[in-house]
This record gives sequence, C-alpha cells and structure tokens, in this order.
Amino acid sequence: MKNLKQEEPEMLQQSGSILDASLRRRSFLQYTGAGAAGIALLAAGCSKDRGFTSTDGVNLGSDDIGILNYAYALEQLEAAFYIQVAATPYTNINAAELAYFKDIQFHEIAHRELFKSALGTSAIPSLEVNFSAINFTSRDSVLATAKAFEDLGVSAYNGAGYLLKSATYLGLAGKIVSVEARHAAFIREIISPNSFSNTEVVDATNALDKSRTPLEVLAIAGAYIKTKINASNLPTS
Amino acid sequence: MNIINILDEIEKVDADVYDRLNPRRAAMKDFFSVGKKVAAASVPFAIGAMFKKAYAQSAPSDAIVGVLQFALALEHFEYAFYVRGFNEAGFNGTYAAADKTAIGIIRDHEANHVKFLQGVLTGAGKTPVTPKTYDFTAGGTFPNTFANYPTFLAVAQALEDTGVRAYKGAAPTLIRQSVYLTAALNIHSVEARHAAKIRYMRLLNGHSTTVKPWISGNDNTTGTAVAGNYAGEEIVMQAGLNITGINGTGVTAAAASESFDEPLTPEQVTALVKPFGVTF
Repeated sequence: MKNLKQEEPEMLQQSGSILDASLRRRSFLQYTGAGAAGIALLAAGCSKDRGFTSTDGVNLGSDDIGILNYAYALEQLEAAFYIQVAATPYTNINAAELAYFKDIQFHEIAHRELFKSALGTSAIPSLEVNFSAINFTSRDSVLATAKAFEDLGVSAYNGAGYLLKSATYLGLAGKIVSVEARHAAFIREIISPNSFSNTEVVDATNALDKSRTPLEVLAIAGAYIKTKINASNLPTS
Repeated sequence: MNIINILDEIEKVDADVYDRLNPRRAAMKDFFSVGKKVAAASVPFAIGAMFKKAYAQSAPSDAIVGVLQFALALEHFEYAFYVRGFNEAGFNGTYAAADKTAIGIIRDHEANHVKFLQGVLTGAGKTPVTPKTYDFTAGGTFPNTFANYPTFLAVAQALEDTGVRAYKGAAPTLIRQSVYLTAALNIHSVEARHAAKIRYMRLLNGHSTTVKPWISGNDNTTGTAVAGNYAGEEIVMQAGLNITGINGTGVTAAAASESFDEPLTPEQVTALVKPFGVTF
C-alpha cells in the first residue's frame, strides 16, 4: 500500500477517465456478464498492477454472501467518511449543510449495520480506512470526496445487482441504491447547480447511470481502505 | 483481425446481430474503438463470450417483456409531462431559468429512456407500446398542474418518487438478467437523481420548508392527493430487523425510513397512474 498513497489522486482520476472515456466498455461489460471476458478486458484496460485486491486479505466470500460483504465494505467506507464529516465539519459549514450531512451519516450507518446484522457470522470485520488524501476542513475536498463516493456507490449497486441470486437481497440492494442516488444528486447540486445527473454519470445517448463491476469499484475504493480485501471468490456472472 | 468485418459478415446472415449484442447499435460500433485498449490476445475470447451472452439472452421471457413495456409506458407518460411543463407559458415569472434548465435535462432523459426501451423491445422482436392521451389533472385532482408552478413541481416529485418505486418493484422479475436487470437499475438510479433534484428545487423555491432530497417517513410534502404514492415509505423494518437504533446506533425512525426507498408492485403503480390516463 505504501506507494498507493501518493498515487491516489492520479489513480482516482485515471480510473475515472478510463471509465468515462469509454462508456461503451461499460455496456460491453454488461453483455459479457463481466465473466472471463470481463476480467480479460479489465486486465487489459487497467494494465497497472494496483494490488487493491489480493488473495491474502479479508475474504469477502462467494455467492450472495460475497456480494453482501462487498456492499458492507462500501457502506463501512461511506459511514466512516460521513461520521468524520459530521464530527469535524468543514470550515464555515452552514446549518443546512451540516444537517444534511448528519442525515446522510445516519443513512450510511443504517446501511452498514443492516449488512452487518444480516451477514451475522459471515460478516467481514471492520475495515480500516485511509482518509489521508481528504482535507476535512475544506468544503471542496469533502464535497468532491462525497460526490465520488456516492456516484461510485450507485455504480457499484447497479453493477452488482444481477450477481445476486436471492430476490430478497436484490430487493434490499434496490432499496439502498436509490437512496445513494439521492445523496449523489444532492451533493452534486450543492457543488454545482444542475449537475445532478450530468454526463459524468449519466450517458448522453440512453440516459443510463453507470454500472461498475466489483473489481472496478474496489480498484477505486481501495485507495481509501487500508485493510487488504480479497475479492477473488466473488461471483462474476 | 478486423472485428467490424466479422460482424458485417454475420449481419448478412443475422440482420439483428448488432441488436443482439447491444440494442444500441451506435454504442456497439463505438465499442470497437475501445477494442484498441484490449490486449490482442484476449479479443477473440472477449468476443466469443459476448456472442454467447447476447444470443443466450436474445429471447426475453414474456415476464421480462412485460416489465420492459410497463417501464416504457411510464416513461412515455413522464416524457409527455415534462414536455408540457417545460413549454408552459403559465409559469412565466415563477419559473427561474435554472429551474427550466433542470426540467429540460429531465425531459431529455425521459426521452432517451423512451428511445432506449423502444430499442430494446424492437431488438427483441417485440412491438413497443405507444404513448396514450394523458389527463394531467388526474381526473380533476390537480386542476392547475400547468398553471401553477408549485403544483407542477409537486406533481413532478410524486411522479419521480413513484417511478423509482415502480422500477424497484419490477426488479425482482429481472433477477439474474445481466442485460435487462442492469439496464433497469441504470434507469432506476437516474429517476432517483431526478427525484432528489425536484425535491431540492421545491425546498430552494420555498414550496415546502420540510422537503428533503430523500423521503422522510411517508410525509410526501405534496399533499394528501398523492398519499398513496408514498404509502409504505415510512417503514423502519428491513429484512426482519428494526433499523431504528440498530445495534445501539443513533439511527432515528426518520433516518431509518429515509435510508431505504420502498418498492411498489406493478399492480399498485398501475392503480396510481390510472387517473392520469396511463394504461398498460
């Protein structure tokens, strides 16, 4: 992880631009079902060895449990971020924005705890986060991170939905993803009015939001998670 | 190897090859520019898997077609609503330029959802449903939808929030369908973005002092006329667990309800939009 830290901003941007520049790859991935071909593509498209996921870290598990743990990991990350934002609000935050961040904080805590309880003994442990790249005193830094996390969360749930075998879990994921999308739209609006669903996230032709595979998501989120995550048993189709 | 040539050859035999691979023909063609990024050795593998997947899913079941048609009928309605709202002269003076821009963005998204769903259905050999003649007063419940800007935005909020619920309710029918479920989810979250935006616009315009970008309890902030559209949103139980104060946290009942959007069954949605002249 040591050299990840310094590469973080660049890498986040790089991941973003790879995905943004080739929305078609996303639709292609949908068709491959992110199966073997998806991985081949991923390997080719993300040629740098990022080492975010490994075979010796916290194992997310397989099948639906693996996907739920994957969601649990992301909700842990989001909750930790908003807990920090609410505890140490950025300079000159106004009352309205602080109230919204407290709302969002509790939404993410609710999501995190639901997954933890639902997973029971199959739940992964608490992950250690790395927020060294975030300046919590800066509104710009906090909002940019919030936007990145929320948009990433939306794409993660969208991309993992079809991997779930249980209709109950799919329903649960569906109940959460639209709340994440509401967060994303709100954060975007307070950064820049009318950016709630701009072409960074919604494609201009079909007006579809993004989906990302778990490996794509973890490659981005991994920059903020110190704990090694082993996603090798996750379903890919 | 020239992939475009291979596909062109296949197209001579199977005219729908592009549609099978991807209902968005243009996107499919564009894919090949991405191909440059793919290591040459992995290309045949990737293409093979793509074909296998596309043909395996080329004949959606009646249930899947039903969901697609249902979604298209709702999108036709939403699009018509925003076309009318965007152009409405009655809003002059109360319709800030930035608000109009937002309504235009949402209108265009709905138009693209319509085109996308039409393309998917046509690609599957089905005839897409067509728009109806709508009653935007919902049988007189909203007599001034297009004369009163706050009413227009209130109805827009209810429609978006209901659209989110509708896609959510239909999702289990599409379980394990990488193509159709993912597409539906990708529309679903866009509708949620719209809903949050409309809600925030209403707050900033002073149309409501309590409305939030998310749904708190079943307080829809738009009046009792659409109470049915919000019924059930207040629940705090998820997967058999009480979210209020879960695991000793400070999650309130309000936060618990806000944290999860609730689905509506297609039957419930059908009943809710029927007064607007939306039939399936």
